[in-house]
Amino acid sequence: MLKYLLRKEFRQIKRNAFLPRLIFVFPFMVLLVFPWAASYEIKNLNISIVDNDKSSFSRDLTQKIISSGYFKLTDVSDSYHKALYSIEKHEADIILQIPASFEKNVVNAQGGKVMISANAVNGMKGGIAMTYLSGIVADYNATISKKLLPASISQSGTSIIQIDQQYRFNANLNYRVYMVPALMVMILSLICGFLPAVSIVFEKELGTMEQMNVSPVPKATFILAKLIPFWIIGLIVINIGFFVAWAVYGLVPAGHFYTIYTFAIIYIFTVSGLGLIISNFAQSLQQAMFIIFFFMLVFIMLSGLYTPIDSMPEWAKWIAAFNPLKYFMEVMRAVYLKGSDILQLWKQLAALITFTIAFNVVAVLSYRKSS
Amino acid sequence: MDKVIAANNLTKQFGHFTAVDHISFEVERGEIFGFLGANGAGKTTAMRMLCGLSKPTSGIGKVAGYDIRTQSEMVKKNIGYMSQKFSLYDDLKVWENIELYAGIYGMNDREIKEKTDKLMQELNFEYERNLLVGSLPLGFKQKLAFSVAIFHHPQVVFLDEPTGGVDPVTRRMFWELIYKAAEDGITVFVTTHYMDEAEYCNRVSIMVDGRIEALDSPMNLRKKYDAGNMDDVFQKLARKSQRTE
Amino acid sequence: MKQLLSFTRKEFYHILRDKPTILILLLMPVIQIILFGFALTTEVKDTRVAVLIPENDEVTSRLTERINASAYFDVVKIIHNNAEIQETFRDGNAKLIVSFEQGFASKLKHDGIAHIQLIADATDPNAANSFTFYIQNIIASYQQEMMGTLKNPYQITPEVKMLYNPQMISAFNFVPGVLGMILILICAMMTSIAIVREKEMGTMEILLVSPMKPIYTILSKITPYFVLSCINFTTIILLSVFLLKVPITGSFLSLVVVSMLYIFVALALGLLISTIAQSQVAAMIISGMALMIPVMLLSGMIFPIENMPLPLQIFSNLIPARWYISAVKSVMIQGLGFSAILKEMAVLGFMAIVLVGISMKKFKVRLE
Repeated sequence: MLKYLLRKEFRQIKRNAFLPRLIFVFPFMVLLVFPWAASYEIKNLNISIVDNDKSSFSRDLTQKIISSGYFKLTDVSDSYHKALYSIEKHEADIILQIPASFEKNVVNAQGGKVMISANAVNGMKGGIAMTYLSGIVADYNATISKKLLPASISQSGTSIIQIDQQYRFNANLNYRVYMVPALMVMILSLICGFLPAVSIVFEKELGTMEQMNVSPVPKATFILAKLIPFWIIGLIVINIGFFVAWAVYGLVPAGHFYTIYTFAIIYIFTVSGLGLIISNFAQSLQQAMFIIFFFMLVFIMLSGLYTPIDSMPEWAKWIAAFNPLKYFMEVMRAVYLKGSDILQLWKQLAALITFTIAFNVVAVLSYRKSS
Repeated sequence: MDKVIAANNLTKQFGHFTAVDHISFEVERGEIFGFLGANGAGKTTAMRMLCGLSKPTSGIGKVAGYDIRTQSEMVKKNIGYMSQKFSLYDDLKVWENIELYAGIYGMNDREIKEKTDKLMQELNFEYERNLLVGSLPLGFKQKLAFSVAIFHHPQVVFLDEPTGGVDPVTRRMFWELIYKAAEDGITVFVTTHYMDEAEYCNRVSIMVDGRIEALDSPMNLRKKYDAGNMDDVFQKLARKSQRTE
Repeated sequence: MKQLLSFTRKEFYHILRDKPTILILLLMPVIQIILFGFALTTEVKDTRVAVLIPENDEVTSRLTERINASAYFDVVKIIHNNAEIQETFRDGNAKLIVSFEQGFASKLKHDGIAHIQLIADATDPNAANSFTFYIQNIIASYQQEMMGTLKNPYQITPEVKMLYNPQMISAFNFVPGVLGMILILICAMMTSIAIVREKEMGTMEILLVSPMKPIYTILSKITPYFVLSCINFTTIILLSVFLLKVPITGSFLSLVVVSMLYIFVALALGLLISTIAQSQVAAMIISGMALMIPVMLLSGMIFPIENMPLPLQIFSNLIPARWYISAVKSVMIQGLGFSAILKEMAVLGFMAIVLVGISMKKFKVRLE
């Protein structure tokens, strides 16, 4: 029986004008565009400097800021008002005000003051701009102090803790590298969670479902026949993902492919099972699509794709604990970037297997051939 | 004679609403049994119970010797079904639809191919064999759906308003197929609200407000209700109905 | 007019009867606001750290205590040799390893200098940056306390002011984004699906042959979603102001005007999609892919546009949400007036006209 049902499913997919295109184009689109857009790296900060001192110190500081590479100088003026206007026009992100007598105050050991005003509409961006600028000012401060302080004082009595930094697994701090494996998870979730469910509800709406219900086809067989083509599609999609990751980003998994495949297969079961449960309860195609869409959205937000789960408050972490995407995302990133293997990821494995069994059992049980 | 369908006080309630109210009847093997009634009388609900699509609230039903409540999957192995929507896949070809359903009902590839060839010849579908069902005109679809429903030679075939929307000539041709199936030993259980089709059946029952108000051959019913045709019989009975459309 | 009213009422019934959908439509903004407001943050908190101590001494144990005591970090593991580093990362047990040199305390005392290596799991580069930054601060403040501050007479002190959003509430940035996304979701996606559903069911033809002008059919379909959008707009604003404490510092009127304009554009988009899509599934997927994803990504809602490569920046100009979000930010958070958002209004207005024009033409073509 399964044989005949599978033949039908594959024939229908082949003939569907929309679906094959979607399956092949979508991963490409996402992987080629997303990583370039989805980045929290802060670059191209624009600074407007208000220089009321016009001294050699203020000029040196300005020069230092420009040569740091973090900032682009929008303008130098002598009025805060003008600088603020630049911010309003979205031409500047941050303002540095150097007051009159700045150099004099510093040299005379009366302490120099500068004012940093950062546009904090985007809090994170404002914070980072502020950090960068403070860092440059502090650096400048150190240089000046060294010149001005008598040699003896600066050397005596202090012990220094020297700190070195080492970045593992992503030495270039490339944000794209972080996003690509996660995006593959998202693509797989959308395709394998969404499509099988839609396929079932569609038959419900057409009426062909009734014909199946009145036939001797067992529930499990029917559901299996719906799922198997999408598992195969899911595996195809993930391979496309591997290919694009390698071809475009030079990204190759640090771990083993079989680890990824093992998890991927389990994950596809998980996410399609979830989609199925929804399709069993949905009364119409539109409703099913919409509910799944909603779930996917929430799951994606709480998966660690955009922001780390560790930063979330307790209650959100609890919800995330029930989110299959979260686990698979951790796995993908771990295997791709760190080279983790199945044993090290046993927690995620256990979680995903539990979810798979739970979802699919509920899906089969909640499917009613008779009402 | 052997009773292929037996219903005893079959009832279906949805909350406070009793759609099917203690109906009892029997259908013999090879009969063409018409299940008539106005829209909303409960015909479809009753039929769905017999097919195993819906569980009865109370009462007993047996189809092909199996209990519809406890042995519904066995029932399904022995019946065929054709619904108002035809339930063929528009995006599959004619022969692909046949193969699918035949395979589900347990025929193997060789049997399927042989029988398909025969069917195509009989229906004169040689040309249409490779066409997508969606591109066929309504009359063709109906004939095909019926043929698919009896392809595995079930004991009973259930037809739910099978001739909706086609012209009288096509309807007549459809009934030729039904006659042939009955001759082959397949019992036909058909619901319809076309009263002229009632004349084609061996016996008919008429449901009003969930109950069977009449059960006999068309000829006897016409005599009993002093009517010229089944339409008049129906009008006389349906007037008593309290369920408005 | 009466016809229009009765058809509009029919549309409302359709929607109201589909309880799960409408529940989600009304709840989604609430959930998004809560998630964005409280869950989605890049703040550093309770980060799991491991400490590599070859041999324990008073300085290393005190520093470890300090690190653990800070709200930013949780010391979850103490390892003793380099071999364990890789394992610790691969297990995902720690994101950062603070590695103390051998004989740390004595080196510090006798040589005047001792080394700490911060080994960060840089799979998430931004997080890694933040971690090292905060740990460095902790170590630096310890150093200051223990060693005593040598006051620098030539100190330059920066005074820092965060404009418009002094507490750096991340809500300020995404509330406009949520507005942009929810409104376009309801108006474009739902409207297009509703119209296509009518097409699929065949009842569209009934409407078209009725004496009611096609424009009224369209209006009747659009109105319920317009109303829903207004409800959601109100919900989001209320939640933002009272729950997230995001103020509306500028002209509320400007906010409403630009929002109406945006809703109009979104509805026109929905119309356009409905003329292209052949099935409900197609309508959903098109609005999902062609709308939601670009809106989430390229509108500046989550990821800053300025960071993107030039082609994407140019492309983002085509997305209505981008202009709307920028206008809302200016009005809501920067407190600017109508004049500041003239550009955005003009762009949105232009888009509206173009979209409506194209949809109308396509609609007419199909009728013929």
